[in-house]
Amino acid sequence: MKKSHILGIVVIAIAIGIIMSTAGDASSYVTFGKAMEMASTGDDNKIHVVGTLKKATDGTVTGIESAENKLSFSFTMVDADFREQQVYFAEPMPVDFLRSEQVVVIGAYQQELFVADKILLKCPSKYQEHEISISS
Amino acid sequence: MIHSFIGNLGQLSVIIAFVSALVASFAFYKSVVVDDLQKPGWMSYAQGAFYVHAVAVLSVIFCLYYIVYNHYFEYHYAWSHSSRQLPVYYMISSFWEGQEGSFLLWIFWNVVLGTVVLNTNRLWKGSVMSIFALVQAFLASMILGVVIFNIKIGSTPFILLRDAMMDAPVFQLNPDFIPKDGNGLNALLQNYWMVIHPPTLFLGFATTLVPFAYCIAGLWTGKLSDWIRPALPWALFSAMVLGIGILMGAYWAYETLNFGGYWNWDPVENAVYVPWLVLVASYHTMITYRNSNTALKTSIILVVATFILILYSTFLTRSGILGESSVHSFTDLGLSGQLLILLLVFTFLSIAIIVRRWKSIPTSKKEVSTYSREFWIFIGATTLCLMGFQVLLATSFPVYNSILNGLGFESNMALPVDQVSYYSKFQLWFGVALAILSGTGQFFWWRKMDPKKLKEIIMGPILLTLVLSAFIMWVTDVSYLPYIVILTAGIYSVVANTKILLSLKKGNWHLSGGSIAHIGIAMMLIGIMYSSGYSKVVSLNKSGLLISREVDEEFNLENLILFLNEPRQMDKYALVYQGRNVEVRGVSGYVPVEVLSPTNDPYHWIAAEDVIRNGKVVKAQGDTLEISPENIYFKINYEQENGKGFDLYPRIQVNASMGQVASPDIKRDIAKDLYTHLSYAPYMTEEETREWTHTDSLNIQIGDNFYINDYVAKLNDVNRVHELRGVPLEDDDIAVMATITVDAGTEQYLLEPIFLIRDQRAARIPDVANDLGVRVAFSKINPETDSFEFDIYTTQKDFVILKAIEKPFINILWSGTLLVIIGYFIAIRRRYCDFVESRDK
Repeated sequence: MKKSHILGIVVIAIAIGIIMSTAGDASSYVTFGKAMEMASTGDDNKIHVVGTLKKATDGTVTGIESAENKLSFSFTMVDADFREQQVYFAEPMPVDFLRSEQVVVIGAYQQELFVADKILLKCPSKYQEHEISISS
Repeated sequence: MIHSFIGNLGQLSVIIAFVSALVASFAFYKSVVVDDLQKPGWMSYAQGAFYVHAVAVLSVIFCLYYIVYNHYFEYHYAWSHSSRQLPVYYMISSFWEGQEGSFLLWIFWNVVLGTVVLNTNRLWKGSVMSIFALVQAFLASMILGVVIFNIKIGSTPFILLRDAMMDAPVFQLNPDFIPKDGNGLNALLQNYWMVIHPPTLFLGFATTLVPFAYCIAGLWTGKLSDWIRPALPWALFSAMVLGIGILMGAYWAYETLNFGGYWNWDPVENAVYVPWLVLVASYHTMITYRNSNTALKTSIILVVATFILILYSTFLTRSGILGESSVHSFTDLGLSGQLLILLLVFTFLSIAIIVRRWKSIPTSKKEVSTYSREFWIFIGATTLCLMGFQVLLATSFPVYNSILNGLGFESNMALPVDQVSYYSKFQLWFGVALAILSGTGQFFWWRKMDPKKLKEIIMGPILLTLVLSAFIMWVTDVSYLPYIVILTAGIYSVVANTKILLSLKKGNWHLSGGSIAHIGIAMMLIGIMYSSGYSKVVSLNKSGLLISREVDEEFNLENLILFLNEPRQMDKYALVYQGRNVEVRGVSGYVPVEVLSPTNDPYHWIAAEDVIRNGKVVKAQGDTLEISPENIYFKINYEQENGKGFDLYPRIQVNASMGQVASPDIKRDIAKDLYTHLSYAPYMTEEETREWTHTDSLNIQIGDNFYINDYVAKLNDVNRVHELRGVPLEDDDIAVMATITVDAGTEQYLLEPIFLIRDQRAARIPDVANDLGVRVAFSKINPETDSFEFDIYTTQKDFVILKAIEKPFINILWSGTLLVIIGYFIAIRRRYCDFVESRDK
């Protein structure tokens, strides 16, 4: 066998290894229901859940519990199926958190509580392009 | 009045630029394919068209700059990217904040490069410029903004605000409405990096076109291998500029953007990193070809792949397909279709032309020896490509999702949760492989090699490496196996390349580019290993405070809360948060907000006290100061056990379009950086103002003692004053100031609330002791009882939540990058001289 063939085989093997590892590491966007199901079958992969903060009828955010030292907090999130879930985050509340119109939490269930490793926020821009006021 | 002339001129120039690029491309094409008699005619026609194109592009830039510079906010581009507050250098940056302007920047660099190619290479210019001009036509179409058969082609920077926002009620009332001010350049981008990083990066983008154009031109005209000589210096130059651009971005991220470090594996970063890797692989194989006529096919594929990947990354970052997965992709301008066409056209053209010529591309028949440099370079190039492949695979997830969803399958793939570990577990090992290859490969450059000789020559460096690594590991306490491997590989590469460098004969320094660059790369690897692998959170919360009850796992809380002027121990430092500061134009450093009085104009505040720098009063009491109110700097004092201390000023910016953004401040030492940023600070927005609770009303006389918030206080005196914190009173004003001292144990505080009568109305100007969270208002004078009334308010004390990270030996990374750049300069010079020599023969 020629050296170039051996090299080719090695490269293909590494490439396959990369693809397998990527597929294994890939996360997915799911709902809390699906995430719960996954957790109950022992699948503890971290997943992405998209949703919004729970709001009372007057528009204020409810369900926020800040730790006394403000260094961690938990909140109630509503996913695409309108399922409510308490989510815990071991970091201070991100600035603009309460203003966010969409939240993506990345994490996994620990018993009944969803523990987020990372929170991504989508905030309404103050300069909405089609809102232009005379005063500006 | 709407200045329509300048916009029309700009729009006309865009159209001329587009059409002349098409014409030039066709004419250059003709100049290649027609018979020799007609060639000069077509050539001069083509050149003319290209220079028309060049002038048109400059005119577009001039018009757009004129609009921005003169604050013509009737234009959408000026309104959304600039404002009256912006200094000139940021006006230039606001130019490339938007998509259209950044395309324009790319187009501009292509014009510059095209002009250089036209004037340096007579032999190739027809075929190369034909491809050049075609790419220009595609790029120009992106800013065309013309509607043909209901299809919008491109997005023009010269659109009027009223046409861009037809639904806005303002324009229905008054079509000639012109906003008084623009939205300005995003405050986060108001940083000198915004002035130099995008032009560098886009020059890098633009330069990838040159080797590509040479390659395709060579395949087209049948000069299947001659293209390498002129393309090689360009490929090196491109790799250098793109590399510098990437590193500038990394340094900017590290210093200002607080993405947690210098590299965040964000899709936008990856989209430039991948083509760069392939570009580096491509010039390595091109060098192999120059030396030994091997790897021509590989070189062709890699050069073409680099350019296609640049187009692909343009598509990724500008089409909106990345969506949520990236922090800094451009807004979607509805160009995705056009971008996709650009990508596909050049992909298929290149593949078609390569396939057509494939059989006739010369290859070397003989098997490559393991003891040849070609073999080692080839392995290195393969490693680089695999690195790129791994990054590309995950970065393209959103693309798979949209293709699969478009085909009717359900796909909800998300990026790996722990991106850093996903990428680094491969990239680091590939990095190790590169270090070993670049160390060993260099030995094959200079002489014929066989196993025996290799053993002889390599023993010394290996022994030295082992001794050095063992020593460094012992000193810096490296014991984790992967890091031991990385460190050893890096040191091996440094040692081996230094040996090569030293063995260069005097006068041969022009050959040293490779070794110097490789030493730099190895240092970068070592620097990355230390600064990331041994990065340590020093702000660990050791107080064992409440952790959510439902969670049984122990959490490592990595933030500290600091109350104003209350010292707290962190690692080997005593930390004190000492208040908020702003930057004042014309004053070095930062100025505490307490010595300033806000006015109705947020950009201009008044000095309530003299501002002193180096013993000189730089701003006197009462001066109006120019400040940027969106940036607040929090003074954190660090005191070490040996008594030495320093201040850091991490920043929080209230950003109009991005919310609150934290930027770090870094204490730089030779051996390590201490990186501090704020996770949270209260009272940053209007909605979240401080709530004051009224706790007490007092009626007292001069000399009386009383209590404020359990502190003993005394009313010392009441006097008439003639100015209010630096502002002189108006003629009929009467102002009376009380002097109150508060004894808070270790410190005494002075409060001076003022009672003011203006226009026969009473007003109170309260004074605040921020450290105590106390505000005192002077409410009433009772002449009949000779007493005064005060109202006491209390609030939560100001605080910040902070995170501090130690990054050891990060300077090895930065000095490595400098070496790489120096190496590139030397190598480019050598290859360019080589090209000039052969051209002028």
